[in-house]
Amino acid sequence: MGEVAVKEFWRWKEYNWHDENKDWKGAATITAGVDVGSVSSQAVIMVDGELYAYSNMRTGSDSPDSARKAMNWALENTGMTLDDIHYVVGTGYGRVNVPFANRAITEIACHARGGNYMYGPTVRTILDMGGQDCKAIRCDERGKVTNFLMNDKCAAGTGRGMEVFADLLSVSIEDVGDMSLDVEEEPEPVSSTCVVFAKSEATSLLREGWSKKKVLAAYCSAMAHRVVSLLDRIDVEKDFAITGGIAKNSGVIKRLEDELKIKSLTSKYDTQIAGALGGALFAKSLVEKERKKGA
Amino acid sequence: MITAGIDMGAKYIKVLLLKDGEIVVKARESAGFEPLEAADNAFDNALSKAGLKRDDVNFICATGAGRSAVPFANDTVTEVSASARGTMHSHPSTRTVIEVGAEEGRAVKCDENGKVLDFAVNEKCAAGAGSFTEAMSRALEVPLEEFGKISLTSNKNIPMNAQCAVFAESEVVSLVHAKTPKADIAKAVHDAIASRIVSMVRRVGINKDVALIGGVSYNPGFVDSLNRGLEVEVIIPEDAEYVGALGAAIIAEERGK
Amino acid sequence: MKANYGYLDGSGEYFITIDTDLCIECDHHGCVDACPEKLFEIMIDDYDDEVSSIKEDHRKKIKYDCASCKPAGERPPLPCVEACTPGAITHSW
Repeated sequence: MGEVAVKEFWRWKEYNWHDENKDWKGAATITAGVDVGSVSSQAVIMVDGELYAYSNMRTGSDSPDSARKAMNWALENTGMTLDDIHYVVGTGYGRVNVPFANRAITEIACHARGGNYMYGPTVRTILDMGGQDCKAIRCDERGKVTNFLMNDKCAAGTGRGMEVFADLLSVSIEDVGDMSLDVEEEPEPVSSTCVVFAKSEATSLLREGWSKKKVLAAYCSAMAHRVVSLLDRIDVEKDFAITGGIAKNSGVIKRLEDELKIKSLTSKYDTQIAGALGGALFAKSLVEKERKKGA
Repeated sequence: MITAGIDMGAKYIKVLLLKDGEIVVKARESAGFEPLEAADNAFDNALSKAGLKRDDVNFICATGAGRSAVPFANDTVTEVSASARGTMHSHPSTRTVIEVGAEEGRAVKCDENGKVLDFAVNEKCAAGAGSFTEAMSRALEVPLEEFGKISLTSNKNIPMNAQCAVFAESEVVSLVHAKTPKADIAKAVHDAIASRIVSMVRRVGINKDVALIGGVSYNPGFVDSLNRGLEVEVIIPEDAEYVGALGAAIIAEERGK
Repeated sequence: MKANYGYLDGSGEYFITIDTDLCIECDHHGCVDACPEKLFEIMIDDYDDEVSSIKEDHRKKIKYDCASCKPAGERPPLPCVEACTPGAITHSW
C-alpha cells in the first residue's frame, strides 16, 4: 500500500483476512464497520454476528478514499460486494468521511462494543492506544460505556510518539517491545513526557553511551507510566483489556501491567480491529431495529 | 561593584556583567550537550571581553532552567523575578512581561517596582514555546530566520488543528501536499503558537505596557501574530534575550551588598 | 456515563467531566450560554441521549480556552459549574 522506496522503521505490516470456511450467502444480517483513524484504517465484515473478514492498512491523505480502500480490501476474494452488506457504520477520526456508511458512531462507543466481543462480557476497562490518540474506557457487561476519556492532543502515549522513537533509533516498530525488555536492569524512565523533549533526552543518553535497548526501555517505561495517569482518572476495574496498535508492543504492555498490578486479557483477534468490529456490531443492532420497525 | 547574571536557558546560556548598574558586556554560548561547560565558556568569554578576572566579580546570580547546577554562582533567582527586574531596568512603564524561550513561555504581572504580583507558565510541552516554531520550520524546510519573515507576507487565516508539535508536523506536511503556499503555512504556525501564548497571558491579565523578551522575540512573524492576538503592541527591549541575565545581575547587586 | 473531555500533556492534566446521567435531568442547559468562550454544545450521543458536551474543536485546547476563567491569582467560581443545576460539570484543574 505504500509508495516509498526508503525503509521506514515506523511502518508496520498491512494485511487482510477472511474466513474461507464460511458461506455468507443466505445470511440474515451482513454488516460492516469502517474505522478511519488518523494513522490506520480498518474495515470489518460480520455475518450473523460473527467475524467474517477484515483489513488493516495505513490511512492515506484522503479519508473517503481510505475508507473505500479498506472496505474493498476486506471484501477481496470473498465474492461479496458492498451491495450485499445490509448496514455500514463509520467510526474513527474520519467517521464522517465514510461515504457509504449508514451512520457514524464515535470510536469510544465502538471500542467498548468491539472490546466486549473480543474479550468477553467480563471486560470492564479498555485501553486503546491508537496512532494519534489514547482512549481509556469503562464499560458494563454489554459493552456500554460508563466512563471514558480520549486524549488526542498530545503525542506522548500514542503510536506516533513511539514511531518517533523507532525512527530515531532506526529500529522497526515491531521490534521495539521485545528489544526494550532485553535489558539487565530496568533504567530510569525518560523524564520528559513531551515526545519532542524526550527525543532530545534520548539523544543525550545515546551520547552518554546508553544502548538502544536501554533507551527503548526508558521510553517504554515513561509511556506506560503516563498511560497509568490517564487510567487512574477513570479508575481501572477488572477485567482489563488493551486494544489498538500499541497492544502489540510488549515493552509498554508488560510495564503497564506491572504498574497496575493487573494482567490484561488476550484475544485471538487483531487488537487493531476493535473499533471497526464494534461498528459492525452496532450496525447489526441498528439494522435489526430498523427491520422490527418496518415489519 | 561588579556583578554577573547567568541565564541557563535550555538552548542558550547568556551571561551579562554589570558594573555599578551599567551593562559592561554580554556573551552567549549554545548549551549543547554540556551546559555547565558552556556556562564556564560564556562566563570566561564575557570576562575576557571586559578585561576582568573571576575574582573581580563580587556576586553571581544564576537564573533559567539549569540555574541550580551552576557551581560558581553565589545564588539563584527564579526566571519570573529575573525577567521582571530586567525588563523594568530599561522600560519602567512595563506592567506585563512575556518571555518566550526555546522550551518555556511565561507571563509575569509586576508592579511599578518590578515586584512579581502574578505569573503563569507554559512548560514541559514543545507546543507552548520556541521549540514549536523551530520544529515547524524544519518540517517546512525553511531556515528559522526566514520562517518568521515569510509569514508576514501572507494574509490568509488557516487555523491549525493540531496542538502538539509532533502532530503539527504531520499537519504541515499535509498542507504542503495540498499545495498550500509556504507563507500561508508559516503564518498559520505563528498564529497557533501566539494564540497559546496569548491564553497564558490572559491568566495574568493584559496590563499595559506589555513587554516581550526571550529568544523568540527576534522572530518578526511571532511578534506580529502576538500583537494581533493581544490587541496590544508589545515593547521589545534591546537585546531582548539577555533581559533574564540582566535581571539576575541586578538582583545580584542587591544580594551582594 | 462520565464523559471526560480534555487531555494530559507534559504540562499537566486538563479535563472537564460531564456526568451524563445527571445531565439528562436538565432541561435548560445553562452551561451553553454561561461559558464566555462558548465551549459547550448540546448533542445526541451514541446511546441516543440528549446531553451537553464540549465542542470537538475545543477538546484539544481546553487549557487555553478556559484560561480567561482561570486567572493566575484568585479564582472566582466557574460560570459553567455555577450554571449547571444538576451538578454534572467538574474541572480537573
